[in-house]
Amino acid sequence: MPDTVLFYVFSAVAVGASLLVIGQRNPMYSIMLLIASFGALSALYIQLDAPFVAMAQIIVYAGAIMVLFLFVVMLLNAPREDAAQWDRTHPLRHPGVTRFGAMLAVLLTVQLVWALLRVTDASAAVGERGDVAELTSVRTVGRVLFTDYMFAFEATSVLILVAMVGAVLLAAREEQR
Amino acid sequence: MIPLGHYLIVSAILFAVGTAGVFLRRNLITILLSIEIMLNAVNLSFVAFGRSQGTVDGQIITFFVMTVAAAEAAVGLAIVIALFRHRESLNPDAFTSLKW
Repeated sequence: MPDTVLFYVFSAVAVGASLLVIGQRNPMYSIMLLIASFGALSALYIQLDAPFVAMAQIIVYAGAIMVLFLFVVMLLNAPREDAAQWDRTHPLRHPGVTRFGAMLAVLLTVQLVWALLRVTDASAAVGERGDVAELTSVRTVGRVLFTDYMFAFEATSVLILVAMVGAVLLAAREEQR
Repeated sequence: MIPLGHYLIVSAILFAVGTAGVFLRRNLITILLSIEIMLNAVNLSFVAFGRSQGTVDGQIITFFVMTVAAAEAAVGLAIVIALFRHRESLNPDAFTSLKW
């Protein structure tokens, strides 16, 4: 039973913090709330017997990617959203269009939840199959990563290199090129 | 134990929140943060599906998604900096011309 309570608590924290992220006008607060959301998600990963993913979530996401975002927000020194001078004249800001879009979004959410509740497999408990000691060990994760997913792993390193070169090129000042 | 469907519902709600953020916010940084929320929602369902099948493949795919998220954040933020240098604004509606 404590498992279930913890699941609902951490899910509520993750969803609530994410809602607050998109509700903030100041991107600095958004980043801090997103870190809270990632913390709750990593607790969910621990419940799913994936402690290595949980640690990577904290270290890579909250520790590296969010710090990158924080750097940029502080560097640009633009704490608030602009005054809505473009928003007023934008054709998509027409109230009728906005209401239609909101209706479609609610419809999509209802459909998704309805479809998920109808799948019979989805009501089976999540932790029944597999050996927990096998799944939680970093040794298993590493073995599968470096055998079955070897090509994807190497392709990822190329992706990182391209992203690094692209970021340096894009952020460099014009006269330095 | 918690049913698989509950994890998937949490994931769907998070994805919907991220999508709403992309459409509702008028700030490039917050839009990038909303994309991170969507990636994390997908990560959660990958790990939940992997656990329910009793394999580690869901966890592995999550690492690849994290890598892509890191690359996307680096390039996206570089583009944001380059755009901000030209227009002194983070509002996506301010960037209307391809060349200036």
